[in-house]
Amino acid sequence: MSSTFVGVDVGSSRTKVAVLDENKNLLGYAVRKSGVDFSATALEVLRESLEMAGRTEADITCAVSTGYGRANVAFAADTKTEIGCHARGCYHYFPKAITVIDIGGQDNKIIKLDAEGRRTSFKMNRKCAAGTGAFLEEMASRLDIPIGDMDGLARQSTDMVKLGSFCTVFSATEVLENIRNGKNVADIVKGVFFSMIKRILEMDSLSENVVMTGGVVANNPFIVAMTEEQIGRKILVAQHPQLTGAIGAALYAGGVPPQSGLPGR
Amino acid sequence: MADKETRSRRLKTASDIARFMADYYYQLDEATRSGSRKIAWCTSVGPAEILKSMGFLTYFPETHAALIGTRKLAADFIPSANAIGYSPDICSYLTADIGAYLKGVTPLAKTFPGIERIPGAHVFVYNTNQCRDVQDWFSWYSKEFGAPLLGVETHRNIGEVTAAHVTSIASQMENLIEPLEKIAGRKFDMDELKNVVALSRKCSVLWEKCLATASAVPSPLTFFDATTLMGPAVVGRGLQSVIDLYGLLLEELSERIESGEGATQGGERYRLYWDGMPVWGRLSMHSKLFGDLGAAVIASTYCSSWIFNSLDPAAPFESMARAYAELFIVRSEAYKEKYIREKLEFFKCDGIVYHDAKTCPNNSNCRYGLVQRLRSGTGIPALILHGDLNDMRLISDEQTKTNVEAFIEQLEENS
Repeated sequence: MSSTFVGVDVGSSRTKVAVLDENKNLLGYAVRKSGVDFSATALEVLRESLEMAGRTEADITCAVSTGYGRANVAFAADTKTEIGCHARGCYHYFPKAITVIDIGGQDNKIIKLDAEGRRTSFKMNRKCAAGTGAFLEEMASRLDIPIGDMDGLARQSTDMVKLGSFCTVFSATEVLENIRNGKNVADIVKGVFFSMIKRILEMDSLSENVVMTGGVVANNPFIVAMTEEQIGRKILVAQHPQLTGAIGAALYAGGVPPQSGLPGR
Repeated sequence: MADKETRSRRLKTASDIARFMADYYYQLDEATRSGSRKIAWCTSVGPAEILKSMGFLTYFPETHAALIGTRKLAADFIPSANAIGYSPDICSYLTADIGAYLKGVTPLAKTFPGIERIPGAHVFVYNTNQCRDVQDWFSWYSKEFGAPLLGVETHRNIGEVTAAHVTSIASQMENLIEPLEKIAGRKFDMDELKNVVALSRKCSVLWEKCLATASAVPSPLTFFDATTLMGPAVVGRGLQSVIDLYGLLLEELSERIESGEGATQGGERYRLYWDGMPVWGRLSMHSKLFGDLGAAVIASTYCSSWIFNSLDPAAPFESMARAYAELFIVRSEAYKEKYIREKLEFFKCDGIVYHDAKTCPNNSNCRYGLVQRLRSGTGIPALILHGDLNDMRLISDEQTKTNVEAFIEQLEENS
């Protein structure tokens, strides 16, 4: 049996596990709601992803955890920050100078890497949740629509509503006002997406190559298309954008330096 | 175990300094109770030398506000000040201190048994070199206590300190004398002022030397230690006893350098500079957070705020005006950039941490592109922490932790 490297990303919203072999091939993965018992969830997601990989817990060579609940993963040998792991995961797929935009459940990150994969700077959103996954959840709740319907609705918009507020609560008030004024839900949802993109683009400047990651992007690919329109160029997205942090953690578990050549580009 | 290893080693002189601070507050309390001495409230970089030369005991409410911060009490008091019209967005020293007064509470009571209230006041003297908030702060107390309000209005965004700046500030200081004489009930004596200015300068020189010891590798001093060690330089400059204290501190720090003893037992893999206010309610937490990662925060802009080397007893008013106008906080962006660049080099820093304090724009130097300019100019990585000096409701500890850990990871992977 070859080596088995595991990365566990315990985010505020979802827990993700990625299982890699010694050639950095993605053998298995799983995603679940983090819930309130991070340790138990991490273990459940681990077992599900190992089953997909055809491996057992005994096969694990090394596991590294990341994300807000990184300290709650008992089976992890080490922890790394989600900033490090998203950077490592993105460089795995796009080994060049990149700016990573990660939209998470309760925070956003902009991470800059040079051509050798070295982090040159990073920024997280400030304490405010505007522009994060939590913002989308709140807006879906106000609009009384399943969050999974937002991407499809936004694509149907013909006359996007513009939301002016920075604040999630005030944005919700604006949404209610637009509902009262008879605005189309699809136009409001696109406005919500646009507001989110504005919050992110004001965090930092972007280099030529931009990569987007995170659960929000995985579930709402239209946000990538809208961001491309804003910045005027194509954005790179890995095959499993929600798993990028977990994959980065698994690469750390394998002791993979960012400079090494990797498959799956 | 890790806890023990990475805790900052306590300096012996720290106990002497703590004793000095206790004596200082007990003296003010005694004067308040007995009326034996006149008390002047003064801003921390205000014209304390003039007040001391005229026999006033000086009280600095900023130190009281910082004590509220370190005791994590600010969030209990700030709402009371908000309710009477002082916004939660303005200085949380002001709102915490006025709020505590409104609630009839002072952390001095728990810290120094026997003290039940803040010192009284016969006069309030501010200098706006720090910010305009001190003026509003003192103005409120002036009305509350029915004592006169005097002040110095300082120029801002100063590039080079010119004769015009000095003349303007010196004349404002001279104009304080007449009203102060009436309040003090005694005549101003130039020789006494010269004496106090001379002592203040000695204090300043010694404090600067103490801070400069942090350029040694490993550093005998951390920023977190310095935020409390600076107490006597704030409240007691102009006194011989403070000069004696800093002489002892310098001796102890020099001994550490000679024996190669660093301030952080966990070691010093990375040397960091701190720009901005401390987060008073998180001092020990931050000290441990950085220390556990092998990062020593060794120097800061903030603790250098009590260096007034232009003070000259031969020309007290002019030199005080110059010294208080040379402060980092009132200088131009270009000056600030050059200053920090030189400090990063002098202290051999691997990185810089900026604290963007929500309610203290004047001490948050990361808001006008300075971070990017310095990073591209020096190649030294930077981290911005969003927080506040006193209002812990504006802090996300989890975000701080992730940011700091990610920053150290970055230094580690790029070294």
